Amino acid sequence: MPRYLVELAPLHSELILIIGAMVLLLWGAFRPETERQADIISWAAIGVLALAGIVLARQPLGNNTLFDGSFRFDAFARYVKMIVIISSAGALLLAPNDARRGKYLKFEYAVLLLLATAGMLMMISANDLISLYLSLELQSLALYVLAAFKRDDVRSSEAGLKYFVLGALSSGMLLYGASLVYGFTGATNFNDIAAVALTKGAGQNIGLIFGLVFLMVGLAFKISAVPFHMWTPDVYEGAPTPVTALFAAAPKAAAFALLTRVMITAFGGIKPQWQQIIIFLSIASMVLGAVAAIGQTNVKRLLAYSSIGNMGFVLVGLAAASPEGIEGVLIYLATYLVMTLGAFAVVLCMRRRSGPVEEIADLAGLATTNPGMAATMAIMMFSLAGIPPLAGFWGKYYVFLAAVKADLWPLAIIGVVASVVGAFYYIRIVIVMYVNDAKSGAENRFMRVPLRESTVMALACLITLLGFLPFPLRNGSLGDWIIATASAAARSLFG
Amino acid sequence: MTLAAAFFYLFAAITVASAFKVISAKNPVHAVLYLILAFFNAAGLFVLLGAEFLAMILVVVYVGAVAVLFLFVVMMLDVDFAQLRAGFMKNATLGFTVGMIVLAEIVFFVATQFLKPGALPAGLVRAAPIPQGITNTEALGRVLYTKYVYFFQGAGLILLVAMIGAIVLTLRHKPNVRRQNISEQNARTKSTAMDVIKVPSGGYNIPDKAAAKVAAE
Repeated sequence: MPRYLVELAPLHSELILIIGAMVLLLWGAFRPETERQADIISWAAIGVLALAGIVLARQPLGNNTLFDGSFRFDAFARYVKMIVIISSAGALLLAPNDARRGKYLKFEYAVLLLLATAGMLMMISANDLISLYLSLELQSLALYVLAAFKRDDVRSSEAGLKYFVLGALSSGMLLYGASLVYGFTGATNFNDIAAVALTKGAGQNIGLIFGLVFLMVGLAFKISAVPFHMWTPDVYEGAPTPVTALFAAAPKAAAFALLTRVMITAFGGIKPQWQQIIIFLSIASMVLGAVAAIGQTNVKRLLAYSSIGNMGFVLVGLAAASPEGIEGVLIYLATYLVMTLGAFAVVLCMRRRSGPVEEIADLAGLATTNPGMAATMAIMMFSLAGIPPLAGFWGKYYVFLAAVKADLWPLAIIGVVASVVGAFYYIRIVIVMYVNDAKSGAENRFMRVPLRESTVMALACLITLLGFLPFPLRNGSLGDWIIATASAAARSLFG
Repeated sequence: MTLAAAFFYLFAAITVASAFKVISAKNPVHAVLYLILAFFNAAGLFVLLGAEFLAMILVVVYVGAVAVLFLFVVMMLDVDFAQLRAGFMKNATLGFTVGMIVLAEIVFFVATQFLKPGALPAGLVRAAPIPQGITNTEALGRVLYTKYVYFFQGAGLILLVAMIGAIVLTLRHKPNVRRQNISEQNARTKSTAMDVIKVPSGGYNIPDKAAAKVAAE
């Protein structure tokens, strides 16, 4: 390998994704525009993601920084990048079947998804206000296009437009905050900002705090924390379902990692100032996510409120602002990714001969008509509700434990109450599937579950059910391994 | 020094005057032309400040691209300016108030800077150091592909995504639209492009083959 490539080693996974996207773009542009080509290219894109993941996993650690400290690769970055790559690959695997039936299967889907993923990886490693903004825009712009990808569908176009306009507004806020922070610290690099934030009296620096607040508004929009969540239900409902599956997992993890790095690395010195904002965002998201979801009848809208609520739970870990808290955040993000992909695989299979359906009532009697699908959905719902041996419980357990250790008792109590309220609507879905009777008639039956969707469902079930049981893998269960890795990753952020 | 001051007043006066004409000109095309004049003079002001790179960018981007685009839009869209102006007096109070607030803020800020230069506490505001003994074009050129190559390439990727997105969302291949296909045109031969039809002199009987062709068209 040439020397410059060796020096860029921490950037290899991003480079693979970007070069892969460009090669596939040229390939797609110069081949005849058929659905078969698009399918081949999306398989190739999954291959590119897998390659990036393998390279990433083999990348040695150490506090690697590149480009004058604007790009940082550490155990934290590697962990979250792995989550993002896996969930992007899962979302891409779910796409072609739905796209073919919805007549929007085009090769650009895979290319844009690869570029969005590259943007997310750059976000996770961003260690400078400029790389923060550029990477955020790279992923957002690609996602706006993906939301509107089914361009002949009014709802999809509306989702794309709404997401774009509100995203531009949040970018404006973020830039305003970044310019204030730059003006009052004289630096864009997180470590230099941290040096200023650590000085005595930085907590009384009004300009710095203003900048911090605007930065947080911009980032809270991306993780759809209340009160910056308004776009989420509409965009989730309107966007094509595979795109919603992508939105719910990968960008949330990346934006959360970015928020964590900004708060802990750059503004660690003025922790009391941002901690109260995070606590407010957390409580508001948990409560709204639990209460507003109760009245929903559309599955995608319900999952949108569920994701708002889940982001509230993850914010509990960040509010603790301790290595244990960040460890909880990382465990939560990993389990949430699995449950989200599993749940959306089921939603994608809610398709009758006449077309896709999205209402909760359409799930009635699924336990008799399609037991496998019903069981998957039930496991995902129980796990999202946080019923003990399932994976979802452990994410909640670790964030609440960290909150209690950080003396945030009220936050932990509100969190537990919110998750009990939330359990109501998750379990309502299970009741609809297992207790209510199915509508008779062949036209009310769902179509057969395709192979790719059933693979995702099976994997998600396996991990959710058995992942955290004391089930000997080689040394300990998968859950033990995730917890150990998350712990090391969280410590690398504080190191 | 006096020469620089003279140029400053020249550029500043023309900028303000042409900016006023932008909003007062009756003909929208004239308004855009005055806007271009304002851009040129603002570029002159930048040169006087020693920001020659910014001046060139202003001319290249704003005059070369943005203003020309404006001109296209103004010329191609049939905008009824009389109708646009009709609501002017209704909103004049609000516009005047907002303008006055902005003016007051600018005056307030500049006045504090002049009257009390150390009004902001030391250490609160930090500025990045300004490199000495180097023109700013050269300074940018030195760091753009070295220190900031990551940002530069990242910005390039964003533009690539924007381009792909625009094509994905808007390009439609309409099957019934005739497009020029140069290779097809070049591949035409006498035998594929021409039919020799014998028309009998004096009669109006068009032969069958030609009649079919006329009917098809």
